[in-house]
Amino acid sequence: MAGLHKSEFENPVVNWIDTRMPIFTMMQKEYGSFPTPKNFNYFWNFGALAMISLAIMIATGVFLAMNYTAHTTLAFDSVERIMRDVNYGWLLRYVHANGASMFFIVVYIHIFRAMYYGSYKAPRELLFMLGVVIFLMMMATAFMGYVLPWGQMSYWGATVITNLFSAIPVVGESIVTWLWGGFSVDNPTLNRFYSLHYLMPFMITGVVFLHIVALHITGSNNPLGIDVKSPQDTLPFHPYYTAKDSIGICVYLLVFACIVFFAPNWLNHPDNSIPANPLVTPAHIVPEWYFLPFYAILRSVPNKLGGVILMFSSIAVLFFLPWLDTSPVRSSRFRPIYKQLILVMVASFLVLGYVGGKPPEGIYVVLGRVATAYWFLHFLVLLPILGKLEKPLPLPESISRPVVRRPPPGGGGGPLPQGATAKPMEKS
Amino acid sequence: MADTASATVRSAITTVGVADPTKRDMLKLVTGSAVAIGVGALAWPLVDSMNPAKDVLALSSIEVDLAPIQEGQAITAVWRGKPIFLRNRTAQEVKEAEGTPLNQLIDPQSDADRVKPGKEKWLVVIGICTHLGCVPLGNKTSDPRGDFGGWFCPCHGSQYDTSGRVRHGPAPANLGLPPYAFIGDTKIKIG
Repeated sequence: MAGLHKSEFENPVVNWIDTRMPIFTMMQKEYGSFPTPKNFNYFWNFGALAMISLAIMIATGVFLAMNYTAHTTLAFDSVERIMRDVNYGWLLRYVHANGASMFFIVVYIHIFRAMYYGSYKAPRELLFMLGVVIFLMMMATAFMGYVLPWGQMSYWGATVITNLFSAIPVVGESIVTWLWGGFSVDNPTLNRFYSLHYLMPFMITGVVFLHIVALHITGSNNPLGIDVKSPQDTLPFHPYYTAKDSIGICVYLLVFACIVFFAPNWLNHPDNSIPANPLVTPAHIVPEWYFLPFYAILRSVPNKLGGVILMFSSIAVLFFLPWLDTSPVRSSRFRPIYKQLILVMVASFLVLGYVGGKPPEGIYVVLGRVATAYWFLHFLVLLPILGKLEKPLPLPESISRPVVRRPPPGGGGGPLPQGATAKPMEKS
Repeated sequence: MADTASATVRSAITTVGVADPTKRDMLKLVTGSAVAIGVGALAWPLVDSMNPAKDVLALSSIEVDLAPIQEGQAITAVWRGKPIFLRNRTAQEVKEAEGTPLNQLIDPQSDADRVKPGKEKWLVVIGICTHLGCVPLGNKTSDPRGDFGGWFCPCHGSQYDTSGRVRHGPAPANLGLPPYAFIGDTKIKIG
């Protein structure tokens, strides 16, 4: 019959379904035999870890929502009830709250991996841009989720962040009123944040799907940053990378469990255990740790609109990264100067994170400004120039032959001796 | 030298992959069971969070003072969100309930098993029809009480007698009995 899939599965039930809807064939193709570069290191675990994080957040979130009440007079108490009365409610909430931190740690490392090994370069530009979209949606979701417990930090965080939009000339005030559904952060704000906080993870799931579709068209990058040349360069995803990812997942869950069971409030702010009070702002107000670098950029500019523009630009610049970096070489291993600069970039990001958690005075202002300047210098000036100036190291012939042989005196390539491949394999 | 080494490795891979299926099966089973146990352990807190919370369980006992209920009257109390019928039966009603032959009942149970000894005039039942969960009429003296002087369910016409036993279908069972005890002469604790 026309249109039916010719299934190769032997199990009659699987075959019957697969003939009509070839999802088993698809899973086998995309996650079973999917050819994956054979030289991944553990940085390539973080995509799977991000997926696990998203699943954990949605699972715990759905069950928390069964016990949460989105109303200014009831929200704080309903969270306390989750902590005290609901069976395992404390566990659900601590996993969900710290799960957000775990998700951001994983995603930051995932983004670093992409930058270090040039995973954003052609043909993976769209893949990278979808990743930046996911990152932005995560930030929005995390911010709105933090408002829901309706403590002091929730309330004042919501006030400060929504007020960012008041910096927009002319229409700013109207936009903020529209965001609030009133003239201050109040019950309408809480209700819409709850609705959107529940919606956005599913939108993220959709973009993650697109992210994976794009990944499976281009194929994965790898630590050498060179293209797959032949089937010898790849391994089937299962069992090789399902096994490698499983090890990463075990370590991830171990770290996660340590935080949840031994230091569940380590990343929390004591002020958020005080019910929201619209008349008193806490003395020292800081966002969650994963927003601190961007918060520092906001504060490093002594101009309201300027700070907001710079903060949004610091992320928007990532969308243009595939074209700002003009070097054709992907992996930092073969880019001696970029390899140094990306570490400076990471350092500036960490400095910004540190400064963001400190009061905006004295040395912290100076540090914040220097780091902010480097962030933009790195992406907008150094990367475009570097591609022209830097002399990359010679690239290996293929993933299977990662050692570059010095050209013989007589010149010409010629195949490498067998022994050359065995050496690096023993090391890895 | 290196040639021989890689050849040995290659043949070792072949041996593990093909010639020794029991070892690979064992590894798969152990890994699979560990994953199943782990996921189960993670799923249980999610499932259990849907069970009644501590504050809900804390509401699960109430005390009711029976003194204001006149003979022949009944009141409704709320226990765990359900109506509880508390009826002060007249001597006539008690006699009817005790005198009914068990073979006339849909769900045979003697009246003595449905009240506390020495407190036969007090009937305490869960006021929910055992058919599909409606609240039967009959607590007010102006309500229809059916042909057996107890309760009448308006939803599908089930009838209960003065002991709360079903006498006319479609309900399959007698009105339920909540756990309760007398903590005074005219005071009971339900739950």
